[in-house]
Amino acid sequence: MLKRTALFSAHQKLGARLIGFGGWEMPVQYTSITDEHLAVRNAAGIFDISHMGEVTVSGAGAADFLNSILTNDIRKLTPGIGQYTLMCNERGTVIDDLYAYRLCGDVYFLIINASRIEPDVAWMQAQTAKFSRRSELSLTDASHNYAAVAVQGPRVKEFINAVIPGASISAMRVNAVTDLKKNQIGGFKFEHQSVLVSRTGYTGEDGFEIVGSDDAIRHVWDKTLAAGAPFGVKPCGLGARDTLRTEVCYPLYGHELDEETTPIEAGVGFFVSLDKGEFNGRSVLAGQNAVGVKKKLVAFKMTDKSAPPRPHYPIWANGAGVGIVTSGTQSPSLNIGIGMGYVPPEFAKRDTRIEIEIRGKRFAAVVAPKPIYKKS
Amino acid sequence: MSNIPSDLKYTKSHEWVRVSGDTATIGISDHAQAELTDVVFVELPEVGRKVKAGEACAVVESVKTASDIYSPVSGEIVEVNKPVTDKPDLVNTEPYAGGWFFKIKLSNPAELNALLSPEDYKKQIDG
Repeated sequence: MLKRTALFSAHQKLGARLIGFGGWEMPVQYTSITDEHLAVRNAAGIFDISHMGEVTVSGAGAADFLNSILTNDIRKLTPGIGQYTLMCNERGTVIDDLYAYRLCGDVYFLIINASRIEPDVAWMQAQTAKFSRRSELSLTDASHNYAAVAVQGPRVKEFINAVIPGASISAMRVNAVTDLKKNQIGGFKFEHQSVLVSRTGYTGEDGFEIVGSDDAIRHVWDKTLAAGAPFGVKPCGLGARDTLRTEVCYPLYGHELDEETTPIEAGVGFFVSLDKGEFNGRSVLAGQNAVGVKKKLVAFKMTDKSAPPRPHYPIWANGAGVGIVTSGTQSPSLNIGIGMGYVPPEFAKRDTRIEIEIRGKRFAAVVAPKPIYKKS
Repeated sequence: MSNIPSDLKYTKSHEWVRVSGDTATIGISDHAQAELTDVVFVELPEVGRKVKAGEACAVVESVKTASDIYSPVSGEIVEVNKPVTDKPDLVNTEPYAGGWFFKIKLSNPAELNALLSPEDYKKQIDG
């Protein structure tokens, strides 16, 4: 039985097409993936991301604990700031990728992938058992307490203050939502409740992610569609979310990341702090960083006219199969086939000629710098 | 409301068939194009290929997925719609006109009797 978010009836009213994703019944599109994608690139879009999980970690031991299980250095976070980070096992492969926010003092808030809530929480609890200062630590899966939306696009800053008016009351103190800078998070009063607003997203555009109670997020959704209407805001589904993140080469767990892949292989080594001290997977990741990897994530563009590349299609180079596509689509912004996939490092340099096998035939493509799509 | 022209026959898999003499023209219905949305690529069979009724012989791709197109009847492919491979959105904008896929010379015209009437097709998609 698929779970439904607080916005389920809103999606039905809008005529969304619904699919199963990470155990949830989610909108894949409302009108068309291309229209929704272009709305986010050119104006604004709102996504239901209530399926994502939330974990709070607090206490005097919280920072040291998180630094022992996450790859990025949590000590870089001052209150009201977040960072992209990864959780690895001892083999250095990825259990999940996530955002970690420091709300205040010893209180941290993690946003994790919907499909990974159970394995993540089980893993974190097992890690607390090994943590010597576990008595100074409280870890709670708060996923069922929260709904969330992402409001993304270049025009969002023109109306978001009308949706959530006023100054923040916790975390980063600002006079208005639009005063938040990238990766900052603030708590705001919203209709006698409070919501957390961060300037983050998964589209490559400016925007905000808003987390709150079911009731608060239902009102944020309605108010955003109303206040954003003059600016061209559209409700957007997971289809556009996927094409948007693929154009800017953000990894998606289950595609680019899994328990057979390390952050170094996935090209997100920037978020691995090898010098912060010991953490799960550190020795493997340090080794890969020093001597290199056997597979590397590349972005590519089709140069032949072809059907769009799709996940699991074989990648060829010099007449041999060398890798596998992990994400692929027709790019609505560029109107060409684009994708990402793993290849041995000798084929990972930009401009390397590769081929993508589509239904038994091979079509020319070229390794492209990330992101594939850049705002001009 | 999707458009279901009364002079065509249909399949459960949402192809339409227009018969003229011993030749059938095949495309996908307005309902099917609306379900697919944003057709970005069409792959057509080669002229001269012999196909059986129910055989997958073309592919239509939207942003999200690839879908097979099945020949509703048996016969030989005698013509394909090249322009739709250059302008795949014709499938969305003119599913019954410029968005057609291929023409088949019928080898067993009796198969036409097994296709759905416009009324039966409407009942199917109204579920």
